[in-house]
Amino acid sequence: MAEIDRDKLLDIYTRTMKVNRTDEKFRALLMQGKVAVMYYCVRGQELVSAAAMAALNNDDYVVCTYRGQGEQTAKGIPIEKWWGECLGKATGTCKGKGGTMHITDPDTGIMVTTGVVGSGLPIANGLAMASQNNGDGKVTLVNFGDGAANIGGFHEAMNMAQLYKLPVVFLCQNNRYGEHTAYADHTDSPNIGSRAAAYGMKGVTVDGNDVNQIYPAMEEAVEHARSGKGPVLVEAMCYRMMGHFFGSDFSYMPEDHLAEMQAEDPLPKLRAVMLERQFTEEELDRIVADIDAEIAAAVDHALAAPLPDTDEIYKDVLEEVN
Amino acid sequence: MTEITMTQALNLAIDEAMAEDDGVFCLGEDVAAKQGGGVFKITSGLTEKYGEHRIRATPISETAIIGAAVGAALAGQRPIAEIMLMNFVGVCMDQIVNHAAKLRFMSGGQTPCPIVIRTTTGVGVGFGGQHSDMLEAWFAHVAGMHVVTPSNAADARGLMRSAIDANDPVVFIENILCYGLTSEDPGPGYRVPLGKAAVPKEGSDLSLITYGRTVLDALEVAGDLEKEGISVEVVDLRTIAPYDEEAVLKSVRKTGRALTLHEAVRPFGTGAEIAANIQEKCWDDLKGPVRRIGGTFSAVPFATHLEQAWIPQKSDIAEQIKASVGKG
Repeated sequence: MAEIDRDKLLDIYTRTMKVNRTDEKFRALLMQGKVAVMYYCVRGQELVSAAAMAALNNDDYVVCTYRGQGEQTAKGIPIEKWWGECLGKATGTCKGKGGTMHITDPDTGIMVTTGVVGSGLPIANGLAMASQNNGDGKVTLVNFGDGAANIGGFHEAMNMAQLYKLPVVFLCQNNRYGEHTAYADHTDSPNIGSRAAAYGMKGVTVDGNDVNQIYPAMEEAVEHARSGKGPVLVEAMCYRMMGHFFGSDFSYMPEDHLAEMQAEDPLPKLRAVMLERQFTEEELDRIVADIDAEIAAAVDHALAAPLPDTDEIYKDVLEEVN
Repeated sequence: MTEITMTQALNLAIDEAMAEDDGVFCLGEDVAAKQGGGVFKITSGLTEKYGEHRIRATPISETAIIGAAVGAALAGQRPIAEIMLMNFVGVCMDQIVNHAAKLRFMSGGQTPCPIVIRTTTGVGVGFGGQHSDMLEAWFAHVAGMHVVTPSNAADARGLMRSAIDANDPVVFIENILCYGLTSEDPGPGYRVPLGKAAVPKEGSDLSLITYGRTVLDALEVAGDLEKEGISVEVVDLRTIAPYDEEAVLKSVRKTGRALTLHEAVRPFGTGAEIAANIQEKCWDDLKGPVRRIGGTFSAVPFATHLEQAWIPQKSDIAEQIKASVGKG
């Protein structure tokens, strides 16, 4: 497998750290009681999101789940608007009406974020169908977890995407838990990636904690979809290092699982790869410091931003026709 | 003067919308030429004109059908998704209710979802409990969508064009028993605005508020009662939600009496909402309680005589009207 281009590697690192620093900041704000909202932590899954977004073009479409921070920030959503939305402010991407589970920003290709497990897959097909109809060459990537692989919409969407050879990448982040239920307690098939074969679809299972595996897999999947050969299912093995949502109990995670998770943490691994590839500690630290400064400013902006007018509850229900 | 059936009316409306806008496309089970242009032939002849990408025959996958329509709409297209029979919406309610209807609002207005969900249903053809229900109240209860049903071929043509034009989801309910109804063809480009009721018969004693197939029953009963000196005004909502409140209240203020009528079961039906609204807003004009008629509160039965007994009876409509006007 060819080595990842050095500029691309730096790009992936930067995106990964954006996701991680946003996650750290969000948890800090929640811990400090400065904000009180639903937040689905992405600790442990940063690299998968970053590698996936780095493999897409800026105008490609992305469909997220409620645990979508990774895709959203790694795709390049304007972070002032992102924080505004998460804090329920008028300055948010959705004027404070969507919230953490429903971030939408078509300008950066974040077309929909669903709060319903598995509902994004059929919608991704539609975005891709539009691209196939109008020939715009875009790829749609839909992200979901291992839990979503067991809902009916997964089956319907996989079959339809392959039938029409839609330009979709189905990215299953197998973080080993569907809500509070461990993979082995909700699924008996050895992995999700192999299910692709049942649809005649190309499918792979890769280590989502190793940049040298996940990025090439994503790049290849995106290229396959864009070339008109049809959809690809990529299962990225990773760990959800926190509970289902911030503050939720995760005592159900066994000790040995936690230890295994720590050993596979993608961040130290990525940093080691960066150093191997002759990036310096200083360079890497500076990137993180710049991201932190940018996030701090965005959070301050969001905290100070106005609340949406209460009139907003009546607006955007249906188009206003005069 | 050219007569068209409701089937032709719907086909013509979709055809002309597809000819005008490349973003309009159809998807659903059996809709393409290979499958005969749909079970009820609404998309007949369109594959030949517009190709298989724009008349997409789908697997039997209602969630994938509506999901795809939602996604394509987010990307700026105007899909017309067919759910072959209305009961099958139970398979894809999440995509309709949690997604199509809410995405405009939840995105702060960024992603409207202009899709038409065509579906058909109807009691009286022996399809039994899972192929016959009128489920309009399920959708009327959800903010963010229009619910439409035509009672004649001309309205079908005009409502379908308006539904395709609309920048929000429209559940477009067809009735199997109405496909053969004929009207004078209103011609190309004809539109019936969403949210506007019609008054196919004026009257002064009672407002009979209905929509879809039961408009035919309403008109027949109203015609019969006219001979007995009872003047019934028939209001055909055409758009069930959001409905033309102004037209309904105007009619009731004139007549002072109201009866709602639908094929759907009576409890928690749209008639209850309309009746409550009339009583809130026209109390001083009312000469008596608003009455309601709906289908029997059970599953639609199979045996012909049971099915016929299940449907709102014309005799019951007449009796309720007579009781209301004090001639019962």
